[in-house]
Parts: sequence; C-alpha cells; structure tokens
Amino acid sequence: MAGSDTNSVVSVLATAPALEEWHLDLDGQGARREAAVARLHALLLRAARFEVFRRRASLPQLSAAELEELAQDAAGDAAVSVLRRLGDFRGESSFRTWAYKFALLEAAVKVRRRAWRDREVTLAPDGWSNLPHAGAGPEARAVDAALLDAVRDGIRETLTPRQREVLVALVLEGVPIDVLAERLGSSRNALYKVLHDARRRLRAHVAAAGYAEAR
Amino acid sequence: MTRRDLEPILRQLLGSDEPEVDCDGCFAALDRYVELELAGEPVDALVPGLRAHLTGCPACAEEHASLRALLELESVA
Repeated sequence: MAGSDTNSVVSVLATAPALEEWHLDLDGQGARREAAVARLHALLLRAARFEVFRRRASLPQLSAAELEELAQDAAGDAAVSVLRRLGDFRGESSFRTWAYKFALLEAAVKVRRRAWRDREVTLAPDGWSNLPHAGAGPEARAVDAALLDAVRDGIRETLTPRQREVLVALVLEGVPIDVLAERLGSSRNALYKVLHDARRRLRAHVAAAGYAEAR
Repeated sequence: MTRRDLEPILRQLLGSDEPEVDCDGCFAALDRYVELELAGEPVDALVPGLRAHLTGCPACAEEHASLRALLELESVA
C-alpha cells in the first residue's frame, strides 16, 4: 500500500536521524565547509520555493521572477538562522527536516508580510463590535445571541486595551500574527502570549456567564 | 449566522484550557513532531502541548502543514 510505504520511509528518517552527516561540515573550515554551505543553501531554497508556491494565491500581483526573488531572500535569511543556531540541532529529527522548518518559516513570514504590505492595519478599540450577530429566530439562535453578547461583554469589560487590540486584530480582522508583530514592533511569540492571556480571561468571563463553550 | 458558522469564531476567540506550548516552543519541536506524526507515532503524547498550540495559532499551523506536505512530497518522489 502506498500509505505503508510512505510511513516506512518517514519512519526510517524519524528513527535514524544521524544518517545525514554532511551537516557536520557546516561547523568546519575550508572547502568542505563551503561545499556543505552550498548544499544547505540548495536545500533551503527548495523548501522556500515550495512554500512560496503553496502560498502564491495570496500574492497575485507578483510575477514569477518576483516570487523567485522572495524565495531566494527567504532561503538566504534561513541560511543565516540555521548557521547561527547549529548548536540547537540535537538530532531529534533528520537535519534536513530541522533545516527545512527555518526556510518554511522565513518564506511564510515574507509571503504574509508582502501580501499585507499595502494594507492598513487598524487597531480599532471597538473592533469587537464587528463580532457577528446571531440574529433573531428559533430558540437555538437566541442562545447563540446571548452567548455572543457574553463574549462581547467579556471583550469590553475584562480585557486590557492591549489584549483587546491584539485579539480583535488577529481573530476578528484576520491580520496575520507576523504582520501585526511587524507593525507593533513586537514578535510572534510575544503577541501570542497576549492572545493566550486574552483568551483565558474571556473564557473565564463566558464560563461565569454560564456557557459551557468556554472549556 | 448558524452554530456551524459560529463555532470556528468562538474557538479562535476563546481558545481552550488545554496546556499548550508557545510559538517558540512550537518551532523548536516542529521537526521532531512532524517526523513522528508521519511515522504514525503517538505524537500528542510524545510532544505534549504542540497540537493545542497548532489549533490556536494559524501561522504555526500553516508552517506545520507545509513541513508535513514537503516531507510527504519528498517521501514519494
């Protein structure tokens, strides 16, 4: 079966991550290091092109040459990150998989930021009022409407202004977290922590209002 | 708006109580997680907190999907 074959191939990768050892030369010197860096760059470029191609629909205005430039930039930045963080590689996956994630991250962030480059990010303090309305109708809709009211109240009453801004931008306005981080001079991790804390406060508020949805 | 339309929005607004790693923790473990996942291992027990993070963080979820798709593509090439 194709699925079993796929699993067995990947299983070998997962259980024998030390099979690829060329990356050890990245820490070396001279011609061997140069060859390893070239191999690393080729690997990262493959992953960056894969990611840019996957997400090309979000950049309809870019030509093939511009998409390639984006992939090349992502691969270059990923190579810098990989070389800087070589010491973090502990062999818990294959080196190839470990390196790929850097290129995918760089490419994904560049695509998101490029797609939003000319779009304004408004941090509307009352943006939570955009939360959809359940509308009138059957009893189930009345319950949903009351639940949405509880969520709106929670956003207004229990969140800090910063939590409200971040929650509204990320969840209701659909601003990618990397784009918001860039505009606010923050990082993905820091903004996710704000979002996480906002969600916890909101869950507590909705649970206190008697809704099981806040599990 | 129906309950079906409402649930994804509520899920993103409220998140879940499940313990989860942050974005940096997700990135640190993502390579191991995807390889174990593709090998059919009980990945959520082996790498706790990562699945919950992927549910709550669309950006990390996209990168997880991409890494998985790339490895799958290469394993059949």
